[in-house]
Parts: sequence; C-alpha cells; structure tokens
Amino acid sequence: MSVGAVSAPRPRHLLDFQDWSPERLTAILDNADTMLQVLDRPVKKVPALQGLTVCNAFFENSTRTRTSFELAARRMSADVLTFAAGNSSVSKGESLRDTVEVLTAYKVDAYIVRHHAAGAAHLVARYSGKPVINAGDGRRAHPTQALLDAYTVRQEFGSLEGKRVAIIGDVRHSRVARSNAELLPMLGAEVVLCGPATLLPADLAALPGVTLCSNPKEAVRGAHAVMALRLQKERMNSGFLGSLQEYADVYQVNEALMAGAESGAIVLHPGPMNRDLEISGEAADGPRSRILQQVENGQAIRMSVLYHLLVGRD
Amino acid sequence: MSGPKAIILSNDETRRALTRIAHEIIERNKGADQLALIGIHTRGIPLAARLAAKLGELEGVEVPTGMLDITLYRDDLSEVAHQPIIRETQVPFDISRRRVILVDDVLYTGRTVRAALDALIDLGRPAGIQLAVLVDRGHRELPIRADYVGKNLPTARSEVVKVKLHETDGVDSVELWDLEDMR
Repeated sequence: MSVGAVSAPRPRHLLDFQDWSPERLTAILDNADTMLQVLDRPVKKVPALQGLTVCNAFFENSTRTRTSFELAARRMSADVLTFAAGNSSVSKGESLRDTVEVLTAYKVDAYIVRHHAAGAAHLVARYSGKPVINAGDGRRAHPTQALLDAYTVRQEFGSLEGKRVAIIGDVRHSRVARSNAELLPMLGAEVVLCGPATLLPADLAALPGVTLCSNPKEAVRGAHAVMALRLQKERMNSGFLGSLQEYADVYQVNEALMAGAESGAIVLHPGPMNRDLEISGEAADGPRSRILQQVENGQAIRMSVLYHLLVGRD
Repeated sequence: MSGPKAIILSNDETRRALTRIAHEIIERNKGADQLALIGIHTRGIPLAARLAAKLGELEGVEVPTGMLDITLYRDDLSEVAHQPIIRETQVPFDISRRRVILVDDVLYTGRTVRAALDALIDLGRPAGIQLAVLVDRGHRELPIRADYVGKNLPTARSEVVKVKLHETDGVDSVELWDLEDMR
C-alpha cells in the first residue's frame, strides 16, 4: 500500500496519542505493511537506521515488549543498547535523570522507555532531548501495543471504520485498555470497555467513541474483536474482586462468550496470558485467536514507529 | 513556472526507444527465457510493464514483472529534511537463478540504482542483474552504468530531466528544464 503525503506536523515522540493526528497514525499502520513484508523475506533487515543508536531503557520487567522493540530496531539496522534497571546503578539509588544523562552521553539517538511510574517517558524526553517511545508507563499508556492491536483488527477486516472492539477485564489497571480507548476511536472504531464495576473507572466514559458496561454478553454483542486483559492476581488482595473463580465465571473470554459476538469476530490478548482465568485455552488457541499475529504485527508496527520518529528532520 | 527548454523525446520517440531496448535485451540475453523485469518506483514500473509486453510480442514468452521501492535502502535517510514516503515493493516470483533487469526512467548519480541493487539482493540471488533506463543524464557519483539506454543526454546539474508517461502523466515525453524555471 502506498502511503500518501502526510501534512500534519510530525510529533517528535510517541508518549501517547495526544499530539498525533489520525492521518499520521494511519501512515504508521500503512508502513507496517511494508515492514511485515521485510519480516517475510530471507534477509529480514533494511539499512534505514544504520548509524543510529537506540536505547531500550526498561525500568520494569518485560519480555515481549523489550524483545519486540530490540528486534525491530535491529531489523532497521540500528545499534541497540539494552538497559535493564534491575542490574544497573538504579538499584544503587541513581535517579532517572542521572541515568538518562549518562546514557545520553553515550550518544544515544532515541529512547524506548518502560517504567512503573506514569509520566516517566515524558521525563526521559525532557532530560535527554532525544525522541522517546513510551513502551508502557504505569497505568497510563502503552501506545505501540494499541497500534499493533489496531493494526491486527485492520488486517482482519480491511478497515477500522465502524468496527466494534470489546475490551474485557481489569480496565482500571490497564495501560493497554487506556491506549486502545484513545486510539481506536481516532481511527473510526467504537470501543466498549467491560469489567467488574470495581475495575472499571467511570472517567473513561468521557472519551469519544468509548462506552462502559459491566455485562460481558452485552459488551461482545456486535463486536468484531474481543480483547481479554490480563488479570493481575495481586488485585485479589486489594478488595477489587470476590474470587478468581467468580471473576472467570463471568468475565472469561471463551467460546461461549464469543458466540454472542459477530460471526467473524477475532480474539486478542496483549499478553502475557493467564490461561483459563481471563481467557480460556480454547479461545486462546482456537481459529478466532489472533494472539500470535499480534506478536508478529508488534515487530512491524515498532519498525514503522522507529522509521516515523527517526527518519527526516521535518 | 515557464516551459521546458527542449523536448528530448516525443511520444513516438519514446515508443521507438523502448522497442529498441527490448530488441537489445533479447539480443544480449539470447531470448527472453529466465528474464524478469523489475521497475523502480515510480516511473520505472510502467516502463518495466511496457518492456515486458514488447518482449512478449517479440518472443512469445511472458516475462514476469515486479516493483521495487528503495526508500529503506537510501543512503541519505539520516540527512533528509522530509520523511520519504514508503511505497510498495512487490516481486511475486523467485528471483533466484533469473536474470533480473532493473528498469528506471532516469539514471543520474547512480545512488538510486545502488539502493535498488541492495534491495534486490536482499530478496534473493539472481543469476545476474542488468540495468535499463529511458534516459542517462550523466553526473554519476558511483561506478554504475546502464546496460540499455533509451537516450544519452548530456546535462548540466542546473537542469532537470522530466519524464512523462501515459500511465502516470497521461502523455509520453521527455523534457529538459532549467531548475529555476520549475520553481
């Protein structure tokens, strides 16, 4: 697919979607088509970012996002510096600012930041003066996950326009749900956020194109995609849930629930999964599942985001 | 904006140049078996399609065609002011063991062809790669030459060669412009 010229000014960072126009976000999705082609070739690499150094700065545990970004940067021929806080001077008490200033002195050209505190990626952008991609900050945002989710839905149905996406589970603590609730309506889709009332923050209903409901059967009615969110078991001890079994009985994404969705509806999960808790094994592995496709698409989307942020000075 | 300073190739001259290139391709390759034509975006693509049609007429074989976008292989991506638009690469056949003819409208510095060679080699291992261009305007910055040339055109750097094709511009012609007349 050829990408048309995008006239809107290009944001310097991808921290959330606030500065991004639907036109620019669509260009990222469009270019991911090309990146996916690259990943299908014998030589899965292009020299677009040769000579640039990308720092994967992960202050919180992550497997798939970190490896996905690392591979994406390498596929674009960037040098990758992977920094994990657990075995760094952060554990000795070094501040975020000092850490970033040290890394910037190594001539890092861009940062990919995962942090347990909301807003950390904004601080890295301020301290480093370099382009920053937010790979998840607290409960606030995980923009590349939302982009790959949107891409997976678009890949399935050809367009996001008029599509209904139901997101079910622990919405309150999910940056994935928030980013999807921001992004999908910008691209023409409708979002239904569904979960127990204790895990469903009412303020999200104010977002355009977003509705809230606590009844999963109602949420999946007419849905083209149903996303199960990971349930963090520690929520059990915080008084949010009666019991895990009770939660699974009502909110688990399984074949019975999917029977109420559109006939061609797909199942999504941002990972990692608690099998047979928020999603049944049958739904995770069945013909509707696009969970592994999300992983593959994630790499292409991240390659495309790197291209958009690091190529050209306009 | 005023007009071009010269019309280098008219509609008929463009057609004849492509017919001659098709004959040269057949002569040099002793037929058209195991050939493939890959056009470089943008105007190399219709040129490749036309050459394939000519080869089909002359030799009675169907020569596969593809399209190549070299954006991700450009050597100036770290310096460009505006972000280049990525277009589609589509090579729906195995290039291994085929003689691939890269097709472009204008050969100038050679940097586009260099990028195209890198992109092509990442797709497979062709038996050979040849280059066909409608116009060679000189000013090479790399040791690259064309195997088939429609028109050799000595130019100044202050001039612009504008290729128009029916498929993209509604008319076939090659025009020479002064850069400042195009502003």
